[in-house]
Amino acid sequence: MSDDKPTPNTDEPVVDVEAEKAAKIAAAKAKAAAAKKAAEDAPPKDPWEEKPIPPAHSDAMDDEDVAALEDLVVSADLFAGTVTATVEAEKILDVCRFLKDERGYDFLVDQTAVDWPEREEGRFDIIYWLHRHSDSKRLRLRAIIGEQQTIESVESIWGAANWMEREIYDLFGVIFGNHPGLERILTWEGFNGHPLRKDFPVEGIDTGAAIYPDVYPPGGGPIVTDEGEGA
Amino acid sequence: MMNGPERPLFDVEEMEISFGPQHPATHGVLRLQMKLDGERIVEAKPIIGYLHRGTEKLFETMTFPACIPHTDRLDYVNAAHNNQGFCITMEKLLGISIPPRAAYIRMILAELQRLASHLVWLATHAVDIGAITPFFYTFRERDEILDLFEEYCGARLTLNTMKIGGLPFELPDGWLDRCAKFVDAFPSHIDEYETLLTTNRIWKKRTVGVGIISPEDAINMGLTGPPLRGSGVEWDIRKVFPYDRYDEVEFDVPTGTNCDTYDRYLVRIEEMHQSIRILRQCLEKLPEGPIMAKAPKVLRSPEGMVYGSVESPKGELGYFIVATEKGTTPYRCRVRPPSFVNLQALPQMVKGSLVADMMAVIGTLDIVLGEIDR
Repeated sequence: MSDDKPTPNTDEPVVDVEAEKAAKIAAAKAKAAAAKKAAEDAPPKDPWEEKPIPPAHSDAMDDEDVAALEDLVVSADLFAGTVTATVEAEKILDVCRFLKDERGYDFLVDQTAVDWPEREEGRFDIIYWLHRHSDSKRLRLRAIIGEQQTIESVESIWGAANWMEREIYDLFGVIFGNHPGLERILTWEGFNGHPLRKDFPVEGIDTGAAIYPDVYPPGGGPIVTDEGEGA
Repeated sequence: MMNGPERPLFDVEEMEISFGPQHPATHGVLRLQMKLDGERIVEAKPIIGYLHRGTEKLFETMTFPACIPHTDRLDYVNAAHNNQGFCITMEKLLGISIPPRAAYIRMILAELQRLASHLVWLATHAVDIGAITPFFYTFRERDEILDLFEEYCGARLTLNTMKIGGLPFELPDGWLDRCAKFVDAFPSHIDEYETLLTTNRIWKKRTVGVGIISPEDAINMGLTGPPLRGSGVEWDIRKVFPYDRYDEVEFDVPTGTNCDTYDRYLVRIEEMHQSIRILRQCLEKLPEGPIMAKAPKVLRSPEGMVYGSVESPKGELGYFIVATEKGTTPYRCRVRPPSFVNLQALPQMVKGSLVADMMAVIGTLDIVLGEIDR
C-alpha cells in the first residue's frame, strides 16, 4: 500500500485491491459457513461453555405457599430459583404465624433489611428468609415500611429473630414492636446514626474516639461524663 | 472495706461479672456479662461488636470481584468457604456455570479448609477445657494444610483463591500428589486425637451432658452446622442444596443423639473423616479442562435479589446480594454468618450450669468473632 500512495491515479492497484477484497469476502463467507456447519454437527456444549444468561424475573403467584396466603400477598416473583413474596407490613405477624403453624416453615434462616432512600412505597425492605426442614423448601418474604413506621417483631415465632432484629435496628434504625430487648448490637449504645443507611458516609463519622478530646461530640462514642466520676 | 458493715462469711448475693473481651477462652473479643449465684450461672448475656469493621457497608462501595478479598476477613480461619459462598451467589445472580475442573478444585480447597478449621476448633476447645496436648498434634497437621494452600495461592490464611466463574490459578505441578499424600496420612492422625480424647475420663466428665440443647430449641434458635447436627437434626447444605459438584460425591452426614458437647465433638470428628472421603473422591474424579468460565470482564448484574449459601465448618454461611440493573457493585450485600446465629443460643445453653462449663459451651459452638461482628 505504501507504494500506491505516490501514484493514486493509476488504475491497476485499485482493481487489485477490489479483487482482493472480493476474494477475502468469499473466503470469509466460506469459513463462516464451514464454522456454522461444524457447530451444527458438534455435540451440544456444556452449560458452562455457553454465554451466561442471567436469570429473569417471573410471576410466582401460583406457588403453593404464596397461594395459601391468599390476599395477604401483594405480589410475588421468582428470580434465580427463589420466590419472593411481598406482604403487607401490618400483617407480618399473621403471615409468619400462618407460615410456621400451617405450612411448616420452622426455621428462620435470615432476616435483614435493604435501604431504598428514594423509593415512594417506603424506605426499607425487611427481608425474611424461611426454611422448612420437611422438604427443604425456602421462601423469602418482603415487607415494605416507611422511615417512621414500626414493624412487629417475629421473635415470638422464631427465637433466631432476636439478634437479627437487633442488628437491623442497630444498622438501619428500624424499630421492631414488642421486641424483648431492642438494643444496639454491633455498635455501642449512644452511637450516633445507623451505618448501613445509604446516607451514612462510608468513611464514618466522628465518634469522639480521637485521643483525649476535651469535649465529646453529642452522641459520639461511649459517653463519659464528669458527673459522679470525681475530679 | 475496713469500716464497712459486717458481712457474712459467704456472700449470698448474685454477683455480676464481665467475662472478656480480653480473655483467651472467648476465642476473640467476645464479652459475656454474667450474673452468678456462686459458681452457677444465672444469666449470661453476650456483648459483641468489638471487631465490627463495617464489611457489609464496604461491599457497597466496591465492584463484585473486589469484594472477594474482603470475605476472607470474615471467618478468618476459614477463608475458602467465604470465597466460595460469595462466588456461587454471584454465579447464581449472573447465570454463570463453572467448568467441572474448577468446581472440583474448589471442593478440594473447601474440604481442606474444613479440616483446617476443625483442627483449630479441636485445639482451642481442648485447651479451654484443660487438655493442652491435642493442640500440638492438630496444629502440626493444620500447618501441612496451610503449606498446601501457600503452594497453591501464596497465602496461608486469607486465601482469596476463587473468582466469579472459576478459579484464578491452575494447580502447581505435583500439588495433587502432595495433597493425596496428606489425605492418605490424615485418618491415622484423627485416630491420634481420638486416642487422646474420645475415651479420656476427664474429657468425658467435662463434656458429656454439658450445654444441652434440644432439637426443637436448636431449630427455633436458628442453629446450623455441627451444633444442629449434634442435636440429631440431619441437615447439611451440601446435601439439601448441593453447590459446585457436591451432588457427584458420596458422603454421610453424621448426627448426635444426646445433644451435648460430647456429641458435637463426635460429630465434628466424624465430619473430618467424611471430608477425607470427599477429598479422595475429588482427587480421583478431578477432570481435565479449563478453570474459568466465559465470564465478561466487567460484571454487570441484572436487577434482583439472590441468596446463596455454603456449608461452612461453622454452619450455613449465606450471602444475600441485592443488585440493581447493570450495576457493577452490590447495592446491598448481607452476610448470614453462622457463628452470629449460633452464639445466640449460648445464654440458653449455659443457664444454670457452672462457670467452667461455659468454656466448654463457647468452645463447642466454634465461634469466630470476625464473622460475628463483620
